[in-house]
Amino acid sequence: MLQTIRSNNRLQLFLGLLVGIGFGFLLQKGGVTYYDVIIKQLLLEDFTVVKVMLSAMVTGMLGVHVLRSLGLAQLHPKPGGIGRTLPGALIFGIGFGTLGYCPGTAVGAVGHGALDALIGGVLGMLAGAAVFAAVYPKLTPILNKGNFGPLTFPQLFKVNPWILVIPVSVAMAGLLYVLERTGL
Amino acid sequence: MEFLTMDRWSPYAVGIGIGILSWLTFLLSDKPIGCSTAFARSAGLLERLFRGGKVNDKPYYKEFVPQIDWEWMLVAGILIGAFVASVLSGQFQWSVVPDTWAAAFGTGSIPRLAVSILGGFCAAFGARWAGGCTSGHGISGTLQLAVSGWIAAAGFFVGGIVTAMLIYRVIG
Repeated sequence: MLQTIRSNNRLQLFLGLLVGIGFGFLLQKGGVTYYDVIIKQLLLEDFTVVKVMLSAMVTGMLGVHVLRSLGLAQLHPKPGGIGRTLPGALIFGIGFGTLGYCPGTAVGAVGHGALDALIGGVLGMLAGAAVFAAVYPKLTPILNKGNFGPLTFPQLFKVNPWILVIPVSVAMAGLLYVLERTGL
Repeated sequence: MEFLTMDRWSPYAVGIGIGILSWLTFLLSDKPIGCSTAFARSAGLLERLFRGGKVNDKPYYKEFVPQIDWEWMLVAGILIGAFVASVLSGQFQWSVVPDTWAAAFGTGSIPRLAVSILGGFCAAFGARWAGGCTSGHGISGTLQLAVSGWIAAAGFFVGGIVTAMLIYRVIG
């Protein structure tokens, strides 16, 4: 049954659209498609973005690991590496702080009429992606430096995933509690 | 159905909703939620419009084939979902300069648009370098306890916080 759904390409495109509609709806309702909310998070004045991300992460982590333990889902961790993950993430962060949107929330912001997210965000991001594709062959040696592949922390520490899922969930929930108690 | 027309939902409700969506994508589509690959594919699709099929031979586009796939549809859905949500609450509004920006740098459109183009460029360039963005690494990577996801999420926020502080506390 799952295999039939997953291998039906047209159905998958439709499911992608449906999940996207739900995602965009939630992002707007959470206020995280707004420049003001995102930039105030980065200025550490408003913790809405962190609250949304951490509750998504904890909910997602528990459910996806249950599905995995039941044999209903597989993990798809992205490969990482010294030359790839941190430098790229820092360049992304510079863009994130300058644009005030990330790729998903920029598209959501366009949905509620933010033209800076359309002209700057979407066009700037398409240009950035195109230039990256052009210089990719030259960057490959840096990108492959210290490659550790699609590694997860349970694999790294050679433990059952639940040994980490439970304490990490509790710690993140605790962090959210502290954020709420301190009025951030 | 009053909740549909509310301006804001609790960030926890929104986060739990996004977490549940990720259960569905793993279960029904065998994929984590992500956004930035769709920008790479779209860039390739646009390049192909101008330069033809040889674009497909670029090494990057061999890995990330320029085509409309599941994730591309997800990003298209974000546009629709945010539009519907903002219309339901009466918040849909054309805007160019956000309030926080205007308070520090004035209401002129050109500076905001110029800076946002630069920001968008870096965001996509960095996302493709790192292999994901705030969705693919920040939410989907961390929830899978991927080492790359946690490193990337830390880098996103360190880079973003330093940059925002420079713009608003040093320049602004």
